[in-house]
Amino acid sequence: MSDSSRVRPGSTLEIRDLHVAVDDKEILRGVNLTVRAGETHAIMGPNGSGKSTLAYAIAGHPKYTVTGGQVLLDGVDLLELSVDERARAGLFLAMQYPVEVPGVSVSNFLRSAVTAVRGEAPKLREFAKDLKSGMDALSIDAAFAQRNLNEGFSGGEKKRHEILQLELLKPKIAVLDETDSGLDVDALRVVSEGINRFRSTGETGVLLITHYTRILRYVKPDFVHVFAGGRIVEQGGPELADKLEAEGYEAYVKASA
Amino acid sequence: MGLETASQTKPLSTLHEKASFDVADFPVPTGREEEWRFTPLSRLKGLHTGAAASGGVVVRVDAAPEVTVETVGRDDERLGRAYVPADRVSAQAYSSFEKATVITVPREAVASAPTVVTVTGSGDGAAYGHTLVRLEPMAEAVVVLEHQGSAVYADNVEFVVGEGATLKVVSLQEWDDDAVHVSHHHALLAKDATFRSFVVTLGGDLVRLSPSVSYEGPGGDADLTGLYFVDAGQHLEHRLLVDHSTPNCRSNVVYKGALQGEDAHAVWIGDVIIRVEAEGTDTYELNRNLLLTDGARADSVPNLEILTGEVAGAGHASASGRLDDEHIFYLQARGIPFEEARRLVIRGFFKQLLEKIELDELRQRVFAKVEAELEK
Ligand SMILES: Nc1ncnc2c1ncn2[C@@H]1O[C@H](COP(=O)(O)OP(=O)(O)O)[C@@H](O)[C@H]1O
Ligand SMILES: [Mg+2]
Repeated sequence: MSDSSRVRPGSTLEIRDLHVAVDDKEILRGVNLTVRAGETHAIMGPNGSGKSTLAYAIAGHPKYTVTGGQVLLDGVDLLELSVDERARAGLFLAMQYPVEVPGVSVSNFLRSAVTAVRGEAPKLREFAKDLKSGMDALSIDAAFAQRNLNEGFSGGEKKRHEILQLELLKPKIAVLDETDSGLDVDALRVVSEGINRFRSTGETGVLLITHYTRILRYVKPDFVHVFAGGRIVEQGGPELADKLEAEGYEAYVKASA
Repeated sequence: MGLETASQTKPLSTLHEKASFDVADFPVPTGREEEWRFTPLSRLKGLHTGAAASGGVVVRVDAAPEVTVETVGRDDERLGRAYVPADRVSAQAYSSFEKATVITVPREAVASAPTVVTVTGSGDGAAYGHTLVRLEPMAEAVVVLEHQGSAVYADNVEFVVGEGATLKVVSLQEWDDDAVHVSHHHALLAKDATFRSFVVTLGGDLVRLSPSVSYEGPGGDADLTGLYFVDAGQHLEHRLLVDHSTPNCRSNVVYKGALQGEDAHAVWIGDVIIRVEAEGTDTYELNRNLLLTDGARADSVPNLEILTGEVAGAGHASASGRLDDEHIFYLQARGIPFEEARRLVIRGFFKQLLEKIELDELRQRVFAKVEAELEK
């Protein structure tokens, strides 16, 4: 899939010269990246390089102030939209640290989200079926649906639940922020399979943010970008991940400082 | 608080120093007193200055078949045995009511339906009331106190829960916007008695409700739950007192409220006293306030006074804050519009409380009322 110029059905996310500040401190310093349907881009970088900032800024988290640049989804400027409008436009962010929301059950939440994204309430029967098969595929216990959102979930449960949402909401572009962190080998495999199911249609784009190369053995990227000091400092194919695995980020961190 | 009648010694706690049936024992509050400092006295419509009774409320009781209901005069000797007024308005109510309602659940009887006491204000001036709910040993009952209409009303409610008996009370304050209500609920628990109180305060210009509990023997178990929704201009105050004076009793207090609008004011006072003799006490109290808009204010004051070294558990927590941006963001990031995300989070905030109402019909009704508040 390295020939990205071939025309495919599906969407395109374009990030153009994106600058983002948190509390008046500039974190992203001009990010350029285009993710097309059918492509998987891995963003790899050391802790604190701004990977989550990129993810949150695209999703519209209020703490992150965009000070310059554009984020376009099929030509629509996402930065003009509210957080929920972006999600309904087809953007999904699997969060590095999903928050606990007391008193809101998983099933109620998922039904509300699916209803919002599809623009109409799913038929109860169908929804129950989709939910069950989605949970089965991710080895999530059925009792989980009655629990409060992320409350008391283990790290692995939280991440599986993020991928469950990904599969139910079927976005055009998914940004996955360290979905692999904190997972044991079995959970990593289950979660990777979920991501692979999601991208198997070839009509969705994936931006996979990760610190480690280990998930890339299961979810093969088409492109690898090295992130340091708030921008992309190198790009390449899957082989770049192997180089990072061998050499680490040190050279990039020094260069960007 | 009726806690001192037996020994007449000064309570160890300075929180509730005085108990008397006589109004004259309580000076007219000025607003500087600890127990009145949060209450806007000017809006009490004279309940604290001796407003004359003009019979502005009607009390109706729909009782379960196993339960007896009597309307009695002031001289009925069963009244005032569990509770002695602890402040001026309470004493005013005690010395001003004409008829009291006495609800008795006989020994070992299990009420097959809730007993509903409806207090309806007609808007015709001040009124005073007294209610006594007696559960004889091993009896079980649910009592619902409903307050509606427009009133200026002060009353005392005594719950006397006999040995091994279980009383569940739901008190709904759904007054009209101009109502004033000052009320004391006192539960006296015998050995192994269980008391569940669920307070829902939504309506009224000023509501000041003071639920308290004391124990006569070991094994008493009290659960006091409260939910309030304060709109612009409303003053809703809940003052709790649990007095552990007997070993091996339990209490759990959870009050949660949401506030929205200019000058919406919630007050929550949670006093728990564990006396020297109350070894093995297990208690926890919690108050949380959700400030939904600017201009709303919540005062939350937990007081836990432990005078014994031997407690099974004792804790308290209080927090007031805004909706968590991270919660809203998470829901919105899944496509859920802001307004709906907000509703989901607020519902979630109250959900655990609502689940404590065991009667389906009642729970759904309270749930619907909370929903209606959310739509405002
Ligand atoms: N919400 C926030 N509040 C304050 N500082 C933040 C916040 N988010 C990120 N930062 C700062 O921005 C920088 C990049 O952080 P982050 O985007 O989380 O990096 P990464 O995900 O690559 O580890 C760090 O210096 C971090 O301290
Ligand atoms: Mg991160």
